[in-house]
Amino acid sequence: MAKITYIEHDGKEHTLDVADGMTLMEAAVKASVPGIDGDCGGACACATCMVFVPEEWWDKIPAKEDMEETMLEFAENAEANSRLSCQIKAAPAIDGMRVSMPKSQH
Amino acid sequence: MSDEIIIIGAGQAAAQAVQSLRAEGFEGPIRLFGDEAYAPYQRPPLSKKFLAGEIGYDRVELKAEDFYASSGVATHWSTRVTEIDRRQKHILTGDGQAFPYGKLLLATGSRVREINVPGFDLEGVHYLRNIDDVTSIQAHFKPGAKMVVVGGGYIGLEVAAVAVKRGIDVTVLETADRVMARVVDPIVSHFYERVHAEEGVKIETGVTVAGFEGKDKVEAVVSGEGGRYACDVVVVGIGILPNTELAAEAGLHVENGIAVDEFCRTSDPDICAAGDCTSHPNGIYGHKLRLESVHNAIEQGKTAAATLAGHEKPYNQVPWFWSDQYDLKLQIAGLSTGYTQAVVRGDPTTGRSFAVFYLKDGVLIAVDAINRAPEFMMAKMLTAKKAVLDPARIADESIGVKELAG
Repeated sequence: MAKITYIEHDGKEHTLDVADGMTLMEAAVKASVPGIDGDCGGACACATCMVFVPEEWWDKIPAKEDMEETMLEFAENAEANSRLSCQIKAAPAIDGMRVSMPKSQH
Repeated sequence: MSDEIIIIGAGQAAAQAVQSLRAEGFEGPIRLFGDEAYAPYQRPPLSKKFLAGEIGYDRVELKAEDFYASSGVATHWSTRVTEIDRRQKHILTGDGQAFPYGKLLLATGSRVREINVPGFDLEGVHYLRNIDDVTSIQAHFKPGAKMVVVGGGYIGLEVAAVAVKRGIDVTVLETADRVMARVVDPIVSHFYERVHAEEGVKIETGVTVAGFEGKDKVEAVVSGEGGRYACDVVVVGIGILPNTELAAEAGLHVENGIAVDEFCRTSDPDICAAGDCTSHPNGIYGHKLRLESVHNAIEQGKTAAATLAGHEKPYNQVPWFWSDQYDLKLQIAGLSTGYTQAVVRGDPTTGRSFAVFYLKDGVLIAVDAINRAPEFMMAKMLTAKKAVLDPARIADESIGVKELAG
């Protein structure tokens, strides 16, 4: 399990206990964290679950695969530290990770 | 007078509306009715990973179990609403109970179009819309079993793709002269026909189903053209119909779906509608649309919630859709209906990655992207802008996707 904190664009924080193997998108949608829609349910097809991951956590999560890379390259509001939260699974290594969300995504 | 908001229908739009009503600051009571035994869940995986058995109920269920209770929502699963009485401002359920409402949200969704031929009620003839449908179909997943899929649309082809991987002998029968004829250009249809053939699925086009034969259960599909297809199981996927009857019987304006404006308001100011069941305006295309998609359900769920909470959040976006079959990710941005030119980027005759750009008098209106995420993402943006594109540049792969708009 990992404790993950999601920070809305206006600074409001939501901390969730995410079970190992569950994606950060699923956990956020189930807990109704605003700002993460996850339209496609994790098929890496929509880029509506983008989060910004601080650099110190980059080596603790799997690298982007091609699909995620290209979706992000063209997503609105994307930055160098953007990830699709449907592609990040909870694991003990990311316990305590804090991610933030863009102003809007659809 | 009640200040309760009642939501009829418990799918994706309803789940989103509950979340958004609270986010919009509505603090009054909410009551949610669904005719299935389950809390709102995602339907798209039902014909994909869920059918394949790769994910279970916990992964399609939209919200945590305690979400509705903790959001102050009274839930009524397995309960069908049978009438809306707008004069009394209450709804009636099948057992005759009345529930007063202050405002109402219709999120009634859609249902499968049924096939009306002899033998339609034989055991082994299935549709795919609900979790329970999937469970019934999965019971036939035994290597060597013969499946006939009636209808070569998204659902039919997704089912075929999953079934053939399970060692099932699959034949798809399609009435039109090509698969997915309603939604894509022939270039895309023929590409999918090639891939399915490569994967071992037999597709027969121009075939009408005349009936199902069998003693106790289905044993064969008989075609109007004189063909007979022996089988153990049939999956029918010939489209869906919007659930508009409740609205129509209540005297609300119904056209191709329940008529709403860009704020999801029906012809009654106290009643909103959202999702598959609506006919709504779209400013990008300049006419009304009825869409069968998750994106539409989520966005209209948000808009309807805002309206019901006394705010304004107009809905006007480029529709988008996706379909997973084998290693193909089809992403569709926009609606290609009425296109005057289809321009191909990449090679659809070999390999498994290309895109088709649909132009109407030079303006981009839609893109079908197969394993082409950049083209899809770019298309969503350019379609919203009504970009005029040069066909020669689209077809030239030495020009990057980002430079297509010139």
